[in-house]
Amino acid sequence: MISLQVNGDEHTVDVPDTKPLLWVLREDLKLTGSKYGCGQALCGACTVHLDGQPTRACVVPVSAAAGHRIDTIEAVDQQRIGALVQQAWQALNVPQCGYCQSGQIMAATALLTSNPSPSDRDIDEAMSGNICRCGTYPRIRKAIHKIASEQL
Amino acid sequence: MKPLRQSLPLIFGLALLGLCPSSLAQSPLFAPIYEVLTHPRCLNCHTATDFPRQGDERRRHDQLVVRGDDNHGAPTLQCSACHQDRNVADDEVPGAPHWALAPLSMAWEGLSPQELCVALKDLDKNGNRDLNDLLHHMSEDALVLWGWSPGQNRSRPPYEHEEFVRLLSLWVNAGGPC
Ligand code: FES
Ligand code: FES
Repeated sequence: MISLQVNGDEHTVDVPDTKPLLWVLREDLKLTGSKYGCGQALCGACTVHLDGQPTRACVVPVSAAAGHRIDTIEAVDQQRIGALVQQAWQALNVPQCGYCQSGQIMAATALLTSNPSPSDRDIDEAMSGNICRCGTYPRIRKAIHKIASEQL
Repeated sequence: MKPLRQSLPLIFGLALLGLCPSSLAQSPLFAPIYEVLTHPRCLNCHTATDFPRQGDERRRHDQLVVRGDDNHGAPTLQCSACHQDRNVADDEVPGAPHWALAPLSMAWEGLSPQELCVALKDLDKNGNRDLNDLLHHMSEDALVLWGWSPGQNRSRPPYEHEEFVRLLSLWVNAGGPC
């Protein structure tokens, strides 16, 4: 049995230690907002926060996430900046197909939380691991700048 | 007598030999250490760049990740976002404890054997490690050891780890000649 703290709630799951956190979230806890893209930490679709740090849930063994605060897209609006990011994403129509956007929002929320006025370079360096097959990068950048310049 | 212009290279060469003979010397004891430390499994994170490398071809790390101020990546895209304390995803994603870039003071890219040897021993550059500390570090550190069990078909440094430690001990016991 492994205890996990997800979005502020305690959960106990009966899964192998090595099961990737992503599959525990999706299959066992039915939190399907974090997406599976590659399973190899290459795309960022599965990004969640572990103690506030963006982390690729597809490669984190669930045992390594125990004892840490796990936050997912389902509750990101409970963070002030997470809510601002979601609003800006809607206002600027950032998503195209949307598949990568859960991960993009988690990465952008962490970026703006640690750096309220990121430069283009800061954005590149923080977001480069979140791949968007639809090419929404200019909109993502615009939304991050909009939040930073108008709301932080 | 030859015109001065023709003799200059010779004079310059002799001067170099005379003034700094050690720059051309190379201890045979350090030669195998150099082979190991410049293997991609070591060198890819001992870069002189503001990013890590990967693969035996030593390409720039995918996703264009960066070194960051503390050698652990950008503030919100840390090495640990992907790299765990062991290999994961059927070895596709390499990992070991405290996975990170070596600090720039420990950049080994582009160094000759002589230069790398001197840098390796320099207490101001090597994390204040004396020769025995270096031996200990390279014998036991989990991230160093990963280089010998990198998983998948990743190549390994040219000597088995046990043999490497033996060779390293010889060099240390000889006083770390460069
Ligand atoms: S699914 Fe995790 S990084 Fe692609
Ligand atoms: S919006 Fe389609 S993959 Fe990013």
